[in-house]
Amino acid sequence: MDWIQQLVNGLALGSIYALIALGYTMVYGVLRFINFAHADVLMLGAYAAFFIAPLSAKFFGAESLFGALAVVFVAAAICALIGILIELLAYRPLRERPKLTVLITAIGVSLFIEYVCQHEKVFGAATRSFPTLIPKHDIIVAGVHLSSNDLIVLVLTGVLLFVLWFIVQKTKMGMALRALSFNPQAAALMGVSVNRIISFTFGIGSALAAVAGIFYSMRAPGIDPLMGVQPGLRAFVAAVLGGIGNLPGAALGGIVLGLLETVAGGMPGVSNYRDGIAFAILILILLFRPSGLLGKTTVEKV
Amino acid sequence: MIYKGTKRGLLGAILIAVIVSFFSAHFNRYYQGVAIDVAINIVLAVSLNLINGYTGQFSLGHAGFMAVGGYIAAKLTLVFGATCAPWAQPLVFFAALVAGGLVAAMAGLAVGVPSLRLRGDYLAIVTLGFGEIIRVVFQNSETFGAATGLFGIPKWTTLAWSFGAAAITVYVVTCLVNSTYGRGFLAVHDDEIAAGAMGVNPTRYKVTAFVIGAFFAGVAGGLYAHLKTTLVPTGFDFMKSIDIVVMVILGGMGNTLGVILAAIILTLLPEVLRVVADYRMIIYALLIIALMLLRPQGLFSVRRKKGASK
Repeated sequence: MDWIQQLVNGLALGSIYALIALGYTMVYGVLRFINFAHADVLMLGAYAAFFIAPLSAKFFGAESLFGALAVVFVAAAICALIGILIELLAYRPLRERPKLTVLITAIGVSLFIEYVCQHEKVFGAATRSFPTLIPKHDIIVAGVHLSSNDLIVLVLTGVLLFVLWFIVQKTKMGMALRALSFNPQAAALMGVSVNRIISFTFGIGSALAAVAGIFYSMRAPGIDPLMGVQPGLRAFVAAVLGGIGNLPGAALGGIVLGLLETVAGGMPGVSNYRDGIAFAILILILLFRPSGLLGKTTVEKV
Repeated sequence: MIYKGTKRGLLGAILIAVIVSFFSAHFNRYYQGVAIDVAINIVLAVSLNLINGYTGQFSLGHAGFMAVGGYIAAKLTLVFGATCAPWAQPLVFFAALVAGGLVAAMAGLAVGVPSLRLRGDYLAIVTLGFGEIIRVVFQNSETFGAATGLFGIPKWTTLAWSFGAAAITVYVVTCLVNSTYGRGFLAVHDDEIAAGAMGVNPTRYKVTAFVIGAFFAGVAGGLYAHLKTTLVPTGFDFMKSIDIVVMVILGGMGNTLGVILAAIILTLLPEVLRVVADYRMIIYALLIIALMLLRPQGLFSVRRKKGASK
């Protein structure tokens, strides 16, 4: 029954990747560039939770469900603000510039956040242990040990995916967002407030990244200012795997990648190359199906 | 522009490097180390400029090629260098550098061929991924010391070697892009489809750029290995690639002179900023952002004759 455990573990890791990948893909959908700083927003989310947890423990009692939810909610809100702020300060002035300029700026923003956070007066470069938000149990179902954290991650991701689907498909804001990613000029002419929608996109994406950051920290041994880089890169691969700009694709890509990585990590001989697997998949995907699993193929016209 | 006297310039530069190197025993070791760093970074930046600047392919994997060249060269000198006679050492070093460059060029071919189907940020990510894969491979390879890396590499990189390599790199890249053949790089940069319609084979030019760029990055890696005398896989991560990219951008994409200046400035800057050590990386990151907001075409870029580049 070991494989069921692996499956749940892989699904939980995959849902974390999915949550991060959604942020990448949403931003790519509206602005057509890779937001490198997204991975650092994830890290900030984890740190936000780290500092809020003691406060919430005072109000709700330590390791309570409400306390944990409050931590996640506040961290998500803080990160949404940070995401909006990053877009406003760094990306908005470059809106009309070549995409490469924006890409390099994004790398600059990412480095900036990482180095500021590594500074000893901010967070410091050392790894800190992440507080227990919810006590961890092993649930045994028919002889299979399942970690309660994994299950919580799965359920919450499911809820968040549904909320996101609802926002994008059923609300006016979501419709505007879809219109913008379909054709920015036409959307603007139809009265869509482009700046507002872009801020909204960054806000939602960053909030999801914060949640993913907290989930990731619950599994990781500790948090440090560079913790976002690896999951960020993988989530980006997941977004490309599913077809960048495509929301269900990002979720699917994340889960596929999480499963593959868990399987590969369990195999002797391959496990050392775990870090390379995501990129090998990325290169294969881009070679054989550049538009991703669920993406539409586009033909470039002269 | 016809580069008259380029050859004379090349020979002159190498000669000066050799002469200066002859007296290097009298120099402060720290300054000498920084000077060699400058030369290695010139090799890296100018070769990346061929890919990113002239050909317009955004590569984020230059550190990967550097790693390939560094490891191969270091391994060769570790195996053959210890047993050879002192007079043969420069020959072994030269052969190791070239071998490192050639293997890196093969890696460049391996990246260039698949990447020809991609452009823009996709290409950036694939090259980034490729650089990471190279790093992971070295990290797991027992032959190359796995995670601990290679130690005890002979310290053979001198001012003459490094500045000689820099002069040759500048010479080759300058002559290449100013030759009839080399116009194709610019054509691919300006408009791939139009270039293709005019009978320029974009694929071929892109791959050529990757192979030549990777060769020199490999040589730079070899020089770096024989300067630091130790190699660890983490030294060639994504950050190192970014450093080189920033040099190219600061200098102005497709402007060799500007890129050389940028390589010099960006190598010296951290040394100068050592006083404010805690803040220097923050300043560095802010510099990238400010540069992109205020002067995305680079500090030293001059507009090319026909219209603005992309």
